[in-house]
Amino acid sequence: MSLVQFNRTLYRSGPAALSWPRQVRAGWWYQLKMQAQSGFVVMVSLVQPLIFASIAMADQQAGNRTLPLLYYALGAGIMGIWSTVVFGCGGALSWQRHQGMLEPLVMVPAPLVVVLLGITLGTASVGLYSMGATLLWGWLVFGAHIHLVDPLAFVLAAVVMIVALGLLGLVMGSSFVLYRNADALSNALEYPVWLVCGLVVPLSLLPGWTHYLAYILAPTWGIESMRSAALGGDPWVAMLWCVVASLVYLGLGIVLVGNVERLARAHATLNFQ
Amino acid sequence: MSTARPLSGEPAIDVADLRRTYRTTTGTLRRHRLEIEAVRGVTLRVEPGELFGLLGPNGAGKTTIIRVLCTLLLPTSGQVRVLGMDVVERPRDVRRQIGYVFGGDRGLYDRLSALDNLRYFADLYALEPRMQRKRINEVLDLVGLQGRGTERVEGFSRGMRQRLHLARGLLHDPPVLFFDEPTIGVDPVGAREVRQVVADLARAGKTILLTTHYMFEADSLCDRIAVIAQGQIVAEGTPQQLKAGVTARTVVEIEAYGVPEQTVARIRELPEVEAVTIEVRDQAQLLTVQASEGSQLTGRLLQLLEGVRVERIAAREPTLEDAYVALVTAG
Ligand SMILES: Nc1ncnc2c1ncn2[C@@H]1O[C@H](COP(=O)(O)OP(=O)(O)O)[C@@H](O)[C@H]1O
Ligand SMILES: [Mg+2]
Repeated sequence: MSLVQFNRTLYRSGPAALSWPRQVRAGWWYQLKMQAQSGFVVMVSLVQPLIFASIAMADQQAGNRTLPLLYYALGAGIMGIWSTVVFGCGGALSWQRHQGMLEPLVMVPAPLVVVLLGITLGTASVGLYSMGATLLWGWLVFGAHIHLVDPLAFVLAAVVMIVALGLLGLVMGSSFVLYRNADALSNALEYPVWLVCGLVVPLSLLPGWTHYLAYILAPTWGIESMRSAALGGDPWVAMLWCVVASLVYLGLGIVLVGNVERLARAHATLNFQ
Repeated sequence: MSTARPLSGEPAIDVADLRRTYRTTTGTLRRHRLEIEAVRGVTLRVEPGELFGLLGPNGAGKTTIIRVLCTLLLPTSGQVRVLGMDVVERPRDVRRQIGYVFGGDRGLYDRLSALDNLRYFADLYALEPRMQRKRINEVLDLVGLQGRGTERVEGFSRGMRQRLHLARGLLHDPPVLFFDEPTIGVDPVGAREVRQVVADLARAGKTILLTTHYMFEADSLCDRIAVIAQGQIVAEGTPQQLKAGVTARTVVEIEAYGVPEQTVARIRELPEVEAVTIEVRDQAQLLTVQASEGSQLTGRLLQLLEGVRVERIAAREPTLEDAYVALVTAG
């Protein structure tokens, strides 16, 4: 048995920050791998969006809605992404605690914000299931014309959107580390955000104050950008705002997570009892 | 690597008057605030390279102490240092130098393979990317899981999980290791293998703090033991010293039927009696009475047990187990 040798360079040399991208990537990959195998996650990200997509597209075909089918398929896909993120942050963090993983994750030398970012980005990426599924469903079942005006911008907008949602998830997730019953909170967050981002009904039908709320939510801009790229229009300004909102979330996340870690150590909420 | 050896003479683990209180609420409608004093003024020092055992029954506060040392809980008061670094002020520096292995089913990703579990943490510990594969194979080897790396953890037995846990704790080659009841729920053969790895690590020069509620585990592994009960250390020393503390004692075992509670209470009140434990065996009860002085004891006990059917009464030599029982049941 070769025992542990001392005085060997195991740790990467140089500033710790050099390891952060790799740490985020590892979190993203392994969380994605696990979530993609979870029946529950697949259900949330597939079944629900498909039902919403079907209702909207059937309604459109009945002549009650005027926008192209692709519009509704996209909307339902983004709802699915959002559900996965909300469940991913509430559900996944309580899940991590329940698995006894929160303690090992907090105990690594990497900053907690880096660890959580990987997790929320991985979770948000599972939402791509929803997007792919609703588009495919719309095409196969409803004969939607899936023609993307600017495919490159669409893919870029989708990536920006995923990152934005992951970062929003980080801001929310940081509070979930503190509360043992975060699940309830995540359910409460799911529908209002759909509404405010103009996923369920067009924003113009909502009261004025909700628009301000919508503007600070990156998904609003992400959806706008993706829709423009798919259906025609300028996707770039909305994409830029999506990036700006994301950067704000990142800053907020860094501040929040630092405090949350300290509070969690004080209130003993890292372990499952 | 900077093994961050403490300055000469400084302990590797230094806990001074540690207290930790949990605040919880119970009840849904009428919320009651509840304060649990899990650790009540614990002081202990573990020297570099020492294997130190924290022995105590469930709820004694062992895990709480370990969690504070592992930077997962803040102390309510007191000073806690690992390799001279304060766990409150420098948690990140402490984390690079410690490994934490806890017992039980949790703490691994079931849906990932053993390799993926280790790869993820190799990155989180910022191990040099070029070293990762080699190091992961090394730790899998060390815990006897070579060749099992690609299997999903879901299918692992309790003992294999525990060894994978150990492998993860060793990934970054930390000089200080914390083991919290590492053999709990593991079958006897698996438990022996885990203990063997712990012993090997100690021989390799690691500083180890191990908690257990198994007497023999502490006895066979540890250089020094602290017995903890209700959040306080009630005895400390080498296994030999702890044994020496009880050799002067007398232990009387009584096998009887239907001993009334008042009688047990009266036995406890005898001036020379230090501890009484009751074990139920089929229909019979086994009373173990520890006393500081034994010349009159058997007679006095029989007197108190008048009217009770006594199957057997015998005095025997005290064991380390008796010492432990006396310590954790006193007060
Ligand atoms: N997170 C927590 N919240 C409230 N009470 C706790 C918590 N963790 C432990 N306790 C209580 O603190 C006491 C000590 O627990 P612990 O340190 O786990 O003991 P041990 O590891 O020796 O069994 C017990 O009474 C336990 O119920
Ligand atoms: Mg414990």
